[in-house]
Amino acid sequence: MSRETDGGDVVPKSLDAVQAERRRKRSMAIAFVLGALVLIFYVLTIAKLGPQILNRPI
Amino acid sequence: MVAMTSLSNSFPAGAEPKTFPSVAGQGEVSDFFALLKPRVMVLVIFTALVGMVVSQVHVQPVVATISLLMIAVGAGASGCLNMWWDADIDAVMSRTAKRPIPDGRIQPGEALAFGLVLSAGSVMILGLAANWLAAALLAFTIVFYAVIYSMWLKRATPQNIVIGGAAGALPPIIGQAAVSGTVGIESIVLFLIIFIWTPPHFWALALIKAGEYAKAGIPMMPNVAGPASTRRQIVGYSLLLFPVGLAPVALGFGGLLYGITGLVGGLGMIAFSVHVMRNREGEAEKRAALGMFGFSILYLFLLFSALLAEQGLGLYRGVSLGGVLA
Repeated sequence: MSRETDGGDVVPKSLDAVQAERRRKRSMAIAFVLGALVLIFYVLTIAKLGPQILNRPI
Repeated sequence: MVAMTSLSNSFPAGAEPKTFPSVAGQGEVSDFFALLKPRVMVLVIFTALVGMVVSQVHVQPVVATISLLMIAVGAGASGCLNMWWDADIDAVMSRTAKRPIPDGRIQPGEALAFGLVLSAGSVMILGLAANWLAAALLAFTIVFYAVIYSMWLKRATPQNIVIGGAAGALPPIIGQAAVSGTVGIESIVLFLIIFIWTPPHFWALALIKAGEYAKAGIPMMPNVAGPASTRRQIVGYSLLLFPVGLAPVALGFGGLLYGITGLVGGLGMIAFSVHVMRNREGEAEKRAALGMFGFSILYLFLLFSALLAEQGLGLYRGVSLGGVLA
């Protein structure tokens, strides 16, 4: 099911099973990358600052 | 019915422009991964790692690992931008027609956004993880490959892969900059080795793919200067590669293992190039060119592996050049 815009592009109204599965996998890949980014920044902070990370004004 | 869009790159005369589906969101995760040219990424990780190891500085493993990852992602991003720009000519050549964009699995706009986000992200994280010299060098490499090489040189001059080869040769310099904060003679020599290795490597393939490049309108050396001139230049670059490949020994950061590898490998490159020069017809021509192409990959891999083994695994045994130089 789809409709055509004024510019001629096709906009699907609903996803078929294959499209939905691909979207799910892409979403999982994005989630994985975001998780990896969190891990990278956390590990990098610990590695660069070490114990000094606790030495801050309260 | 699916609306189609056409890329606006200047298309080679005599070939029909390929059209692409304008519906986004159809690609598999593996299609996006393919945009990063994973095999090139492996080579980049390997050469950047050697650039780090020859620096002989204390390396924080976490910083080095994240730096390597970001150098690889930056290289992948430039490959992605290259595929976005070259989708029209990729569609014409059998070797590249099944890439995600010309095959219609990924929309050009998706690839452009993907490449730009990864470029910016990899440069920023490398700057934060290592230093801003390494990040600036990575940014320069991405711009050089995506803009200078892909958008300009590739379709403009038969020296395209000679000059553009600088982008592929930069990872050891970025690797050294990431761990040491400076660019030393070691990584500059590694840059020169890859830079001079690139023309004979690519032109061997271009000799047997000349018809495809002609169809796509890319002015590769065999199409412009002719096969005979290309073969002479392959021999010339292979001769030049021999002393440059042995420079690490003369400079003291390549030892006995590296010296033997460089000597045998360098002679092999010259032998294969002469073989290409002598076999100019039919199946023998194809076999000679493919042999040169395959051996050139082996040569570079063994050369850098020898450095990695010597500097990273402690197999370094110094070579005295006193008797040779006296």
